[in-house]
Amino acid sequence: MDLLFFGIAKDIVGTSQLDMDFGEDAPNSVAELKQALKKRYPEFSKLTSLAIAVNSEYASDDVQLKSNDEVAIIPPVSGG
Amino acid sequence: MNKIIEIVQDLDTNKVYQELSHPNSGGICVFVGSVREFTNNEQVMALEFETYESMALKEMDKLADKAFEQWKLNKVVIKHAVGKKEVQDAVVIVGASSAHRSECFEACRFLIDTLKETVPIWKKELFKNKSVWVSAHP
Repeated sequence: MDLLFFGIAKDIVGTSQLDMDFGEDAPNSVAELKQALKKRYPEFSKLTSLAIAVNSEYASDDVQLKSNDEVAIIPPVSGG
Repeated sequence: MNKIIEIVQDLDTNKVYQELSHPNSGGICVFVGSVREFTNNEQVMALEFETYESMALKEMDKLADKAFEQWKLNKVVIKHAVGKKEVQDAVVIVGASSAHRSECFEACRFLIDTLKETVPIWKKELFKNKSVWVSAHP
């Protein structure tokens, strides 16, 4: 699954873009993706919040992921 | 165009008056966010901003639309800088113009407060011996 990482998420994973192979844990929804990320990188559990954007829109936990979606990991924003 | 939405390397704060000026506007309100030298008594060398640009522009556009829905405005400007910014550099500009002052004052506050909550931009504080992603941890 192709994923984009920003801010501290990029530091946790070590890259800004990654085709991540989750094997049998392959997530089908936003909620499952968050779980899979936290399992693989426990640092994600320590963040103030963790959001997922699908095709550059915030996506709620029940959104289903399709293979051609642009999926981004959004740690707590801090613009301004 | 009644709204100007931009992510840029360097902000030019001199342009915003012309951008918000409008024959039906008797009030122009602008907020500029800039790099402050101290955070909790620790000296900040610089801030580094990064963004998910395509999404950030969409979210900023939504903010402008919401402001237009909520208040009677003639023009709205939302601009954010990215990259490394030194103390006193401008990093964000939001502004609105309206017939009377109360609408643009309220809209301006809404724009900056909501931008900080929803727009995917991240800021790293660079201190002498460490760097910290702001708000990342509780």
